[in-house]
Amino acid sequence: MSSPGTDPGPMPMVRFDKVRKAYGPLVVLDDLDLDIAAGEKVAIIGPSGSGKTTVLRMLMTLERINGGVIWVDGEPLTAMPRNGTLVPADRGHLRRMRGKIGMVFQHFNLFPHMTALKNCMEAPVTVLGLSKDEAAARGRELLEMVGLGGKLDHYPAHLSGGQQQRVAIARALAMRPKVMLFDEVTSALDPELVGEVLNVIRRLGDEHDLTMLMVTHQMGFAKEFADRVCFFHGGQICEQGPPEQIFGAPENERTRQFLRACLEAT
Amino acid sequence: MMFWDWELTAEIWPLLAEASLVTIQATLLGFCLAAALGLLFAIGRMYGPRWLSVPLAGLIEFIRSTPLLIQIFFVYFVFPEFGVVLDAMTAGVLALGVHYATYASEVYRAGLANVPRGQWEASVALNLSPYHTFRDVIIPQAIPPVVPALGNYLVALFKETPLLSAIGVLELMQTAKIVGSDTFRYTEPITLVGLIFLVFSIVAAGLIRYLEHRLNRRVTRP
Repeated sequence: MSSPGTDPGPMPMVRFDKVRKAYGPLVVLDDLDLDIAAGEKVAIIGPSGSGKTTVLRMLMTLERINGGVIWVDGEPLTAMPRNGTLVPADRGHLRRMRGKIGMVFQHFNLFPHMTALKNCMEAPVTVLGLSKDEAAARGRELLEMVGLGGKLDHYPAHLSGGQQQRVAIARALAMRPKVMLFDEVTSALDPELVGEVLNVIRRLGDEHDLTMLMVTHQMGFAKEFADRVCFFHGGQICEQGPPEQIFGAPENERTRQFLRACLEAT
Repeated sequence: MMFWDWELTAEIWPLLAEASLVTIQATLLGFCLAAALGLLFAIGRMYGPRWLSVPLAGLIEFIRSTPLLIQIFFVYFVFPEFGVVLDAMTAGVLALGVHYATYASEVYRAGLANVPRGQWEASVALNLSPYHTFRDVIIPQAIPPVVPALGNYLVALFKETPLLSAIGVLELMQTAKIVGSDTFRYTEPITLVGLIFLVFSIVAAGLIRYLEHRLNRRVTRP
């Protein structure tokens, strides 16, 4: 998959290489370096405004980066090699790269005028070129996997928040991405609905070798699920390591403060 | 001389009924053009590149700020100077359609702007092409809320079709004028035309309300 001449060695699934993001004078991410191996599950935690959601949004090409390069699966995401240098990616390259990534949003963003099944069929039919039957079979299978086999023909408005979010996960999976991004996927849910969504993500982690990147406030879930936890603060990774280290023996004072505040809140 | 001549009424009724078909035809064709072109105007103006959106905004402003009657005359009498010769009906429908397309585009603009940003982001995340994003995600959500406003323009357009009599389209008004000049009686033909317009407007308003109801039931938001 990797392009010759641009790839110096074995590449992680995702690499942020000195990535910079600023809104005018406000620097959101400052020379971010972050490697994520294939199949790795990374939780991103940190106070609001620390740039953690921006990391996911840049990876999904929802935000333009102002410097550096993001590599996905051995290829630059928003740039492409030409004559030995990197030039801004054209539409074709961008769409091919986007196909490797799926995203689940805090507010679900389901298509309200489509049933649960149609939500899962839209992109496979129009983007991947699957037949309606193939896409329906795939959608049905995924909705069953997230426990919604009985809600195929329900519109989002007739589903609970937890159910909507599970449809959104199935919808993203229907595109068979290599990397899945979860952006505070339980933050908009009533507390009693959080568990059903986390269970789906847990199963996904157990049964597939998807690379997963999640921004979360569920510290308990991050601790149990993630291979690595990154604590973001002020547009930088303040501290990262296995969950036992971050939650058990954080080295950075900021991490300690943040975790203490989280603990008090629950 | 009596005020109302029932005999004349019976005599001209078939003529007016036939002319009303022309009026309806002009209305429907004009509105279809306005609805389709208006959507293209709105999309081009909101999401098109600058070389498209800026001139388009100017054109829309220009058409909206000049009288429809002048535009009808322009299409019918001035286009031929540029080698575009249209019969009166075609010229009239074109002028009506383009004129109302500019109003419709403002309505669509409001509808498009009201589609939540998350819908666009989900479309990007699912890798939908711009075409499919508009066709399958954005437009189906943007249009139902603006159906009542579009419907008002359908009725407004309908009521402006008498302007086509100015270029000799044999619609209701033109027919009534001809009857008037033949019989020297205007009371019956003009009154009947007014009544026909009234009936059609009421029917159209009812249909729009029904359609609005249907659409609201189908598109359910969380």
